[in-house]
Amino acid sequence: MASLQRFFKREPRAPLEYIKSFRLRAWIGAVLLFLYAPLLVLIVFSFNDSKRTIVWKGFTFKWYSKVFENEGLREALGNSLFIAVACTAVSVLLGTLAAFVLWRFKFPLKGLLESGLNLPIVVPEICMGVGVLMFFAWLKWPNDMPWPLNLSQIIIAHITFAFPFVAIVVRARLESFNKEYEMAALDLGASQWQAFKDVIVPHMAPGIVAGALLAFTLSLDDFVITFFASGPGTVTFPIKVYSMVRFSVTPEVNAASTIIILITVLATVAAMRLQNPPKPTTN
Amino acid sequence: MANDDVIIKIENVTKRYGKVAAVDNVSLEIKRGEFFALLGPSGCGKTTLLRMIAGFEVPTEGKIFIDGVDVSNVPPNKRPINTVFQSYAVFPHMSVFDNVAYGLQFDNVPKADQYQRVMAALADVKLDHLADRKPDQMSGGQRQRVALARALVKRPKVLLLDEPLSALDAKLREAMRFELTALQEKVGVTFVMVTHDQDEALAMADRCAVMERGRLMQTANPSSLYEFPSNRFVADFIGSVNLFAGKLVVDEPSHAQFYSEELGGKVFFDHGVSGAANENMWVGIRPEKIEMIKHVKKGPTPAMEDCPPDCNVFKGVIKQISYLGSESVYEVMLPNERIMRVTRPNLSRWDQEDFTWDDEVWLCFHGDSPVLLQN
Repeated sequence: MASLQRFFKREPRAPLEYIKSFRLRAWIGAVLLFLYAPLLVLIVFSFNDSKRTIVWKGFTFKWYSKVFENEGLREALGNSLFIAVACTAVSVLLGTLAAFVLWRFKFPLKGLLESGLNLPIVVPEICMGVGVLMFFAWLKWPNDMPWPLNLSQIIIAHITFAFPFVAIVVRARLESFNKEYEMAALDLGASQWQAFKDVIVPHMAPGIVAGALLAFTLSLDDFVITFFASGPGTVTFPIKVYSMVRFSVTPEVNAASTIIILITVLATVAAMRLQNPPKPTTN
Repeated sequence: MANDDVIIKIENVTKRYGKVAAVDNVSLEIKRGEFFALLGPSGCGKTTLLRMIAGFEVPTEGKIFIDGVDVSNVPPNKRPINTVFQSYAVFPHMSVFDNVAYGLQFDNVPKADQYQRVMAALADVKLDHLADRKPDQMSGGQRQRVALARALVKRPKVLLLDEPLSALDAKLREAMRFELTALQEKVGVTFVMVTHDQDEALAMADRCAVMERGRLMQTANPSSLYEFPSNRFVADFIGSVNLFAGKLVVDEPSHAQFYSEELGGKVFFDHGVSGAANENMWVGIRPEKIEMIKHVKKGPTPAMEDCPPDCNVFKGVIKQISYLGSESVYEVMLPNERIMRVTRPNLSRWDQEDFTWDDEVWLCFHGDSPVLLQN
């Protein structure tokens, strides 16, 4: 009762202490609920002991074992993870280099290139998808290569839209770079390359990690572009889920989605840990 | 052949950005082991000159010699010079020890000696107990010491300091003035400091070069700059000065007289003044060299001619008083409404009560005090 009273009591607050306002707290709560309720429902019903997905019948892990028994789903998940890792690796390299070049050098048509980098972000995915489809058809890209080469079209398509995100994040990070760090390294005897490696790369690192995470998750859950880029025999996780849902939403789909959420959350936590390592204790 | 005592020789150096000359035909010699200051208002080219010495800018014209070697086209990582940057630029991802050790790897110092040298450098700046700290756990003053140690551990021939005290708070700044001069004496390295703060330059440097709009205005030791400024800009920039335009009317080897319409009278010099008589001339009088006497006697104002020949007397009324504790600054209005600034030390605890607003006063200064200035 006392705590309830305290909750509703209007504490005196400074004009900028918005977070103490009850109305604002309620609003934030509503936003969080709106954001996470669908995910919570999905996760909860992945443990539901019923074929139907809307009535709770008891707790079970059986849908998870079903997922791992479902060869098609397993293959799709494996493909998706492979594509995401490959796409991330290449995107990080390309994006970081692009960001560095745009930050450091002045050259003709730089503005055009910089805005062009945003294009894959703003162009509707469906257009990108059709474009990718036509591009590979025009190239006569072989469709019947063995795994993992059969994923190459999807990987290339994913890199196309993922690396600008890395470039933008790293570029933003570089804006906060104090050029005196680099000057100091040169002043102390380092060559240009050593200064880049010892001072600029460590500064970019959080941006690179954040960009990599972005590229990874973008690739993992892309549906539209993948749909157009994939050959007849290649299936990724979102496409597989889509084809399963066309018949009915089964708890199996819920379980598989929960696994993806888990992977994404773990990747995010790892990335945040990398960006802000726990402070070492000093004595 | 360069003089053995000269460590840095700047020869007719000009740096242009487009049409603008940031540094305009500057020639300068900095002596081995001295604490030298490049002083001037912002935009005067002092930082550009420092960057050319460090190697981050290349002169458009002219040459820079370090210890007799022409380094005009030598990159910064090959110069026997180190810099303490304005932001200190202590690498945030390295510990204090690693920061200081960073430069040694390029000098092929054996690992075993590296430890000794880093710890000795940290001891010089009294930071040896914080070698394991990360820079973000340190204060601004401590980070500056890291930057100092990191530069000095390389045993440079010259240490450059870019506005070293500007980021510190007032108390620490004053303490660091003494520490930096003490450190310089201890390590014996030539220090070249850039600053816009004249107090800082006067307090720390053995010699100063005053710059204005890319040009060198005067190079001298602090007391010469203050007492014998060679032109109007230096007199005005270093300390506070009363300036009055006018012309020389008497120019003898033993004495001189200067007439100023602005001042409403003549100023007597008890010594000959050098420099040809010229239309654009000023007389400058430092506020602390003027004695203020209360006007008690009723009667006519003594004319200049009645004054003792080696003294100048003007009449005025106190309009503003600014009490600064150790001294007071008075703004005295002359009969022609021009303001003369006078400072008076508060030697006793009651001295500031001697004068108050609207007091009529006599302003006296010796014929030795004014300086004749040209543009």
